[in-house]
Amino acid sequence: MIKFVLMVNRQGQTRLSRYYEPVELSRRAALESELVRVCLSRSKDQVCLPDFRLVYRQYAALFIVVGISDSENELSVYELVHNFVEVLDKYFSRVVSDTIMFNLDKVHIILDEMIQNGHVVETNKSRILAPLTALDKMADG
Amino acid sequence: MSDVVEKTLTALPSLLSLDSQPGSGKLSSTSKLGNLIRGITELTSKHEEEKLIQRELSSIKEQVASPNTSMRQMKELMVRAIYCEMLGYEASFSYIHAIKLAQQGTVLEKRVGYLAVSLFLNESHELLLLLVNTVLKDLQSTNLIEVCMALTVVSQMFPKDMIPAILPLVEEKLTHPKEIIRRKAVLALYKFYLIAPNQVQHIHNKFRKALCDKDPGVMTASLHIYLQMIKENPEGYKDLTASFVTILKQVVGGKLPMDFNYHSVPAPWLQIQLLRILSLLGKDDQSTSEMMYEVLDESLRRAEMNHNITYAILYECVKSIYTIHPKAELLEKAAKCIGNFVLSPKINLKYLGLKALTYVVQQDANLALQHQLTIIECLDHSDLVIKRETLELLFRITNAQNVTVIVEKMLEFLRLSKDDYTTIDLVGKVAELAEKYAPDNEWFIETMNTVFSLGGDMMQPDIPNSFLRLLSEGFDSTEEDRQLRLFAVDSYVSLLQGEPGRLPQRFLQVISWVLGEYSHLREGLEPATTLRLLAKLLDMKHTSSETKSWVLLAMSKLCEGPDCVSLAQELSERHGGSLDTVLRQRVQELRHLSEDAELRASVLPRDAAQEPLEVDSSLSFLDGFVSEALSAGAAPYKPPHQRQEELAQAKALSLEPYGLSLPISMSSCSLADRQSPTLLSMSSGLSGNSTDLSHKGGSTTLKLDGVKRVWGKDGYLAQKEPVEESAQVEVPSPLCSPSRQGGADSTHSQTPTPTPTPEPEKEKQQLASSLFVGLGSQSSVCLMGKSEQTPQRFRRKAKGQGSSSGASEQISNSHYSTQSTVDNLLCNNLLDSTVTSDLAVSTPEQTPQLSQEVATTNGTCDAEQDLIEETDPGNSPSLIRANSTVTADPPAHKDPDRPKDSCLSSHLPAELAGLSHSEIIPLCSSQNLDLSACHVQKEDALLLVIFIENSSDSDIEQMLLQTESDELEVSCVTDSPVEAVRSLSVSVYQYSLMVKRPAAHVALAGTASYQLPSGESQVMQFSYRLPLTSFIRPLCVSTEEYGTLWLAFSQDTKQNLALLNDGQDPLTATLDVLKNKLQLHVVDIIGAEGIVACRLLQGQPCLMHCRVHAGSLAVWLRSPVPDLPDCLLYHCQRALQEH
Repeated sequence: MIKFVLMVNRQGQTRLSRYYEPVELSRRAALESELVRVCLSRSKDQVCLPDFRLVYRQYAALFIVVGISDSENELSVYELVHNFVEVLDKYFSRVVSDTIMFNLDKVHIILDEMIQNGHVVETNKSRILAPLTALDKMADG
Repeated sequence: MSDVVEKTLTALPSLLSLDSQPGSGKLSSTSKLGNLIRGITELTSKHEEEKLIQRELSSIKEQVASPNTSMRQMKELMVRAIYCEMLGYEASFSYIHAIKLAQQGTVLEKRVGYLAVSLFLNESHELLLLLVNTVLKDLQSTNLIEVCMALTVVSQMFPKDMIPAILPLVEEKLTHPKEIIRRKAVLALYKFYLIAPNQVQHIHNKFRKALCDKDPGVMTASLHIYLQMIKENPEGYKDLTASFVTILKQVVGGKLPMDFNYHSVPAPWLQIQLLRILSLLGKDDQSTSEMMYEVLDESLRRAEMNHNITYAILYECVKSIYTIHPKAELLEKAAKCIGNFVLSPKINLKYLGLKALTYVVQQDANLALQHQLTIIECLDHSDLVIKRETLELLFRITNAQNVTVIVEKMLEFLRLSKDDYTTIDLVGKVAELAEKYAPDNEWFIETMNTVFSLGGDMMQPDIPNSFLRLLSEGFDSTEEDRQLRLFAVDSYVSLLQGEPGRLPQRFLQVISWVLGEYSHLREGLEPATTLRLLAKLLDMKHTSSETKSWVLLAMSKLCEGPDCVSLAQELSERHGGSLDTVLRQRVQELRHLSEDAELRASVLPRDAAQEPLEVDSSLSFLDGFVSEALSAGAAPYKPPHQRQEELAQAKALSLEPYGLSLPISMSSCSLADRQSPTLLSMSSGLSGNSTDLSHKGGSTTLKLDGVKRVWGKDGYLAQKEPVEESAQVEVPSPLCSPSRQGGADSTHSQTPTPTPTPEPEKEKQQLASSLFVGLGSQSSVCLMGKSEQTPQRFRRKAKGQGSSSGASEQISNSHYSTQSTVDNLLCNNLLDSTVTSDLAVSTPEQTPQLSQEVATTNGTCDAEQDLIEETDPGNSPSLIRANSTVTADPPAHKDPDRPKDSCLSSHLPAELAGLSHSEIIPLCSSQNLDLSACHVQKEDALLLVIFIENSSDSDIEQMLLQTESDELEVSCVTDSPVEAVRSLSVSVYQYSLMVKRPAAHVALAGTASYQLPSGESQVMQFSYRLPLTSFIRPLCVSTEEYGTLWLAFSQDTKQNLALLNDGQDPLTATLDVLKNKLQLHVVDIIGAEGIVACRLLQGQPCLMHCRVHAGSLAVWLRSPVPDLPDCLLYHCQRALQEH
């Protein structure tokens, strides 16, 4: 099960966070900075902490960090992250760090299509984007 | 001028990236959101961030409240608020506006509104109720996009109680022509299943339809529900195995549309999901497993591509193969696959391989043997995660023969580790292995010394505790005990002579206790020498006052002779003025005891560590003193929470402790089960008065339960035993030359070892031989004798893992458990004597009308309705009928002939007829049988009565009812179970229920199997749920007894309850409601406070202390059963709400 998805930059600033298990707001900042510390101190892609494991991928200066439960398949989550980035790339044509900041709402909408309640619910790129492109068309038209 | 340049520059990145995007370009970086983002990117310190966000928050607050804000602006405001919350600053004022935006916005604005709601609110937030209407409206919208949004938010969060309001609409969407709507509807139902499974019981056949949907997306969505349901009850879905296999076959065969591919692998995540389902279904079930061998084989074969995602599939496949009923050919392939992973230079793959291996070695330790050299390499891998995973693997394969090498490796890692979590985890593992497999005393003590020094003060407190218990309780042979203690004493004396300043506090405490108890064993060691060593500890700067009191206590045990008297006097002068009262008391004790040898011998008898010690935790011996003091005008004692509350009121300062810097979820759950029942609690006292007591308890906890406990925790070895038969002698041969081993074990011929062995390689092999000794089943019989010697020499393990440790574990579970078993017996006996065997009374008025429903049904019912009080024991069925038709409205699959309910109650056994029973609810029915049930509350028991009604004209044979439950202990009180149910008759089964694990609602599941006259056998499933309140009985105690009990428990659960205001005295009124509805016993009401007591049926008490405070009722609960207070609170709240 996926417990959270985070996007953080090298400075440890959170760019996006989505929790699938309740974590109090006041605790999130501490957790996130701890995670960044752990990720930065390693060059590899997987880390484990006692209660959950971390899978992360780095895209330029941006880390995408996913916390998962022990029973989850790390490598499949690792590729899920890449699929997510490919979807973002497809939608935004070329996704850079700023794109995510300026389109936080849309990135969230895309993520909501892919992961719900900590489970992967859709991985088909065109289907993930369908609701969002429909929204865009409505807004334009 | 410069202004313009700056604007252009800042606009640049967004222009570059937003340029060709659909629906973008609307966001200029000069907007408020743009400013915020720019502000955030330019931040350099936490302080700046705080300033920026606070400014932002107040600006948002101002704007959202303005009536002129348009929906478009509101959308931007919400995104800004999301930013603030993301950085950890609460923006709760905006929550209500997010809901408004979802309600009033259009298209993207509405979506952002929903998004903000799902990000801001948690599932139990009360504002969520305001969203229900919006969702309802959107679900009915003609605009598909709005329907989509509503379904999305519903599948993320929805108030449980409001599900019935939208359920029909969601169900209707299951047949919608658009796949996306159907898919989202299924996901919404999945959410409902997660939060309220009962609500969607009736649509199980619609789930099946979704599984067969022509669109693969809808089918995929339904798998989430199935995975969940199969996890809970694999037996119920075996018939679907063939369907899952077919689906997987099609997916693997590339029958899905191309756009489901990921890097040309067909729907990998779907494959993984299906493999998980299959392994659940095939577990311990040969015939089901046989159905899936072929497709698993194909999956293995197809996943050849060199890509991470295929490895992910392979990993899942391998796990399935090792989970289901084994097939040699597949196991071989899977083993090869794991081999490839482990050997891969890629770290991710190696990691996955080790993880798979760790999973697999529990079934087949041989596989670890094959890869021993690789595992050795992984131990020295530069990557810490790989190392840790390897140690985890080694931990699983540890046995008495390789324990020294493996523990050495772990300690090596520990010395380098800087990570607290790793340290805590590993220290626990080492301690566990050392206890379980220690080859000799010396090694054991030395290993534990390292554990204590490395683990420091972070480690779980039960490690030193169980170590000390081990020493004090001893084993079979007194001589062995003496040797071990002696060795510990020697080792500690030399440690103290070295540099004790470096040792962690916990270790010093262990040392002082051991020296105090056992240093007399060492001949030639003068007590004075030990005393001086201990006294040195008192002078060290870093010694905590807790450690000091341990040291002083140890000294009190040792002080003998004139030297000691003077030392004691000197100490009492030095520490007598300490601010720490405990310390001061210890010093005084030391001084007095040193002067009076006789007194000391009686207070601290030598070698009495294992004697049971009575502790009067209520301090009743002080009663006289207290009443004297009270009559002399002293203020009465107030419990700490009350003092705190009053202090808080007086000073209006929050005395709540600061939150942990890390979330609880991060703290290691895996270690929780290590807590031992006699856990030392050294720092937390029961109350201000009893800190002293708890300290004393700290040093004497070891004596609290006079239970002989032997080495370690049981369980592991038993399972490992057959493997351990292999022998030490064989070590060099199979392992030093893997090629030979490969020959012996023909399937594993691909162990990659170069034949000419270079020097370092040899070293590794040697290490391997010591690590993997004792594994593998190829060891021959002739070596048995040798291997058996090992456990025998180190006596305790052999029996430690066996009977005695298990037994001691049981007994040591404090007196509550024993009490409960006594109750249990009593209760059963009582029932046995009163309850006659089944009644099979025929019912003439029963109309054999059959419902034409499906033969096998999964019925469930909720027996939470109020009990029907039967006033007259001999009442006629018609009376009850009137009664029941009013209250009862049984769920969907009812029969046309309703009066059954009342007819059934006439079948209640005579001795139960006069008691109040719950409404009789249908459980499940088939063409021939109807099962119904109710529960009957007795003073001393709770009975579940199941009625089996045969409505056909033929007899039913071989009737068998089986029940199971996580929360309940179900025992059949009927003497001889009925085997045949005659035509048109009713059989009655009675079960006595007891709570094993309290929960707000407890449930049991069951199956009824029977044989039709045609010889065909049938199975029906049912479940029954009832509230915990049925098991609550008043606990009649006096105020004094209550006080004694209250002090005996330590954990407080606190909550505020609503206070009823209808009567003239709100407290009495509220307590009366609780008393009537929940059967609580109100012990006493004094002024604004009340004390209430109740117990579970087994006799476990729960105490409640209420106090009227600021318009609500503050309640503290204490109970020896951890979950009980929470469950009780839940029912209290409900009872008060309903009132």
